[in-house]
Amino acid sequence: MNRIQEKLKTDKKLLSIYFSAGYPSVNDTVEIIQELEKNGVDMIEIGLPFSDPLADGPTIQDSSTQALKNGMTSELLFQQLKSIRDTISIPLIIMGYFNPILQYGVEAFCKACQDVGIDGLIIPDLPVDVYDENYKHIFKKYGLINVFLITPQTSVERIRYIDSISEGFIYMVSSASTTGGNSGFQTEQTDYFKRVANMKLKAPQIVGFGISDNDSFKQATKDTKGAIIGSAFIKHLSVNGIKNIDTFVNTILH
Amino acid sequence: MSYNVDSKGYYGDFGGAYIPEMLYPNVEELRQNYLKVMAEPAFIESFNALLKDYVGRPSPLYFAKRLSEKYNTKIYLKREDLNHTGAHKINNTIGQILMAQRLGKKRIIAETGAGQHGVATATVCALMGLECIVYMGAVDIERQAPNVARMKMLGATVIPANSGSKTLKDATNEAIRDWINNPVNTHYIIGSVVGPHPYPDMVARFQAVVSEEIQWQLQEKEGRKDPDYVIACVGGGSNAAGAFYHYLDTPSVKLIAVEAAGLGVDSGESAATSFLGKEGIIHGSKTLLMQTPDGQITEPYSISAGLDYPGVGPMHANLFKTKRAEFIAITDDQAMDSGLELCQLEGIIPAIESSHALAVFKQKTFKPDDVVVVSLSGRGDKDLDTYIKHFKL
Repeated sequence: MNRIQEKLKTDKKLLSIYFSAGYPSVNDTVEIIQELEKNGVDMIEIGLPFSDPLADGPTIQDSSTQALKNGMTSELLFQQLKSIRDTISIPLIIMGYFNPILQYGVEAFCKACQDVGIDGLIIPDLPVDVYDENYKHIFKKYGLINVFLITPQTSVERIRYIDSISEGFIYMVSSASTTGGNSGFQTEQTDYFKRVANMKLKAPQIVGFGISDNDSFKQATKDTKGAIIGSAFIKHLSVNGIKNIDTFVNTILH
Repeated sequence: MSYNVDSKGYYGDFGGAYIPEMLYPNVEELRQNYLKVMAEPAFIESFNALLKDYVGRPSPLYFAKRLSEKYNTKIYLKREDLNHTGAHKINNTIGQILMAQRLGKKRIIAETGAGQHGVATATVCALMGLECIVYMGAVDIERQAPNVARMKMLGATVIPANSGSKTLKDATNEAIRDWINNPVNTHYIIGSVVGPHPYPDMVARFQAVVSEEIQWQLQEKEGRKDPDYVIACVGGGSNAAGAFYHYLDTPSVKLIAVEAAGLGVDSGESAATSFLGKEGIIHGSKTLLMQTPDGQITEPYSISAGLDYPGVGPMHANLFKTKRAEFIAITDDQAMDSGLELCQLEGIIPAIESSHALAVFKQKTFKPDDVVVVSLSGRGDKDLDTYIKHFKL
C-alpha cells in the first residue's frame, strides 16, 4: 500500500505542508522536509518551481521565481531527494505544473519519483480526462497516486467522476481563488465542505487554499480529513529562513 | 485530413485545454455554448451589423500596383489596417463581447502586450457599457504609454502585471488568475488564437471574416476566389488564422506564416517560436513554445510588440508540423526596411507586425502571374516612435 493511502487510514486530522523546492536557498529542500516531519506534519507537498504558475497567487509565484533563480530544476530536485527515504517516513508528494514534467518526459519523471520514494503527484494543469486516457497507466506502473482538485464550482457529477478515479485523497480547493488569498472561511465555504462530506465519497478530502493558523485549520478539518498549508508557510520561510519551523507547525496544530 | 480543429479541441497533436480545475467551469461553459451561440441568426445579424457599421468592414482588398511591379508578381493587400482601432484585433473583440452578453457576463477582462488588443477590448466594452479590466505587463505599460492612455479614455482599468518578466505572457497569466478568482460574472476576452480550447477555434472563427472577404473580393478582381499564396505574420497567430481560415483545406492555396526573428533566429533575441520552440503547454494549450530544457518558459524578443510571444496558437503549430504552411523568420531590420518600402511605394504606413509579412518579398521569389495576398494586419501609427528611432527620422 502506498504511504498516502496508509496515512489516510489513520485516525487523525492530517496537516500537509507545501513549499517550493529550492526556496529560500537552493539546498534547503531536505532540511525543510526533515524539520516538518520532526514537528508532526503528516504529509509534504514539494513544489516543483515553474516560470508561469497560473493557479498561484503572489507568495508562491515569488518563491517559485526565486527557486528558479537559485538554480532549481527537476533533475536537481531528484538529486537532492536521492537519500530522502533514509530519514523520512511520511508521504511525499511532488506538486508541479505539467510543462516541466512533459519536458522531463512523463515516464522518466514518474520513474525518478519512484526511485527516490515519492508517493504521489499533484499537477494542477493536467486535466483529469487527459490523465485518465493517456497517463494513468504510467503513474500506476511506478506506484504513484495522482491527486485531483475540486472547487466550490465543481459539479456533483464531476466530483463523482473525480472520486471514481482517485486512489488517494481529493484536494478540495476552499474557494474560487488562486493560492494565498483570504485566510479563514465564511459559511459559504464551510457549507461546501459539509456538502461534499455528505456525498460520502470513497476518497477522503483534504482542504487547501486559505489555511494559515489554528483557527482556519480547525475550521477546514471539521468535516474533512485534513488541510494543506502553502502560502502561510512560505511567508514564514521568507521571514525566518529555515529556522523556527517548529514554532510555525505548533501554531497551526495548537 | 482537415487542418481545422477536431471535436476534442485539437489541431493534430496540438491544442486541448490544459487548465487547472478552478478554470474548468468557466471554460466548459464557453465550450458548451460558443458554437450554439455563434449559429444563432440574431447573433450573426448583430455581429455582421457591427462589423459593417462600426468596424467599417469589408476591409478593402487592394491591388498594390507599384509593389507588384517591384517584385514582378501580383500583390494584393488585405487592408485590416483600415478597421476601427487600426488592426484586425477588433473583429475578435466584437465577436467576444457579443458572446459575453449572450452568456450573461457583466465584467470583461483581457490581456494585452503592446496595447492593441487592450484598446480593441476597451472599445467594445465602452460600446456595450460593460466593465473592462486590462492586464498589461509593467514593462509594456512603460513603453506603450499612448495605448495605456487610450484604454483609460475608453473607460478601462489597466492593471500592471508585476510577475515574471512583466510582459505579455505575464499579463496573460494575471488575466487567467483574475478569471480563477471571478469564475461566475466574468468573461475573459483572449486576444489571439491561443489559450485553452475553445478559445483558439472561437477566435479563429471571428477572424475568419478576413478570408471570407478575400474569397469574394478576389473573385471580383481576378475571377477566381483562390489566390496562389496567402502571407500573414504570426505572433499568437490571430490575423494569420483569419487570413488562412477558408483556405486551410484548399491545398492549391499556399500559406506562408511569418515569424519575428528579432535580431536573428540564433541570436538569443528572437520570437521565432516554430524554429526555436518545442512541444509543451502554455496558457492552457499544448503547442510549440520557447522554453529551457527544464521546461521553463523563456522570454522572446522582437522589435514588434505584437509578435513578442513565446508560444504560437495550436492551429499554427499544426500547420508547421504538417508542413501545410511554410514558416519564414524575418529579422527586425528586414521588417523595418519593408515597412518603409511600403510607405514609399504605396503610401501606406504599416504596423511593424505587418511589415514582417511584407519582408517575405525580399526572401522569396514569386512568379509574375502568381496572385499573392498579404494580410496587412494593422496600421503603423502606434509604431511611429520605433520607426523614428530606427530610421533616425
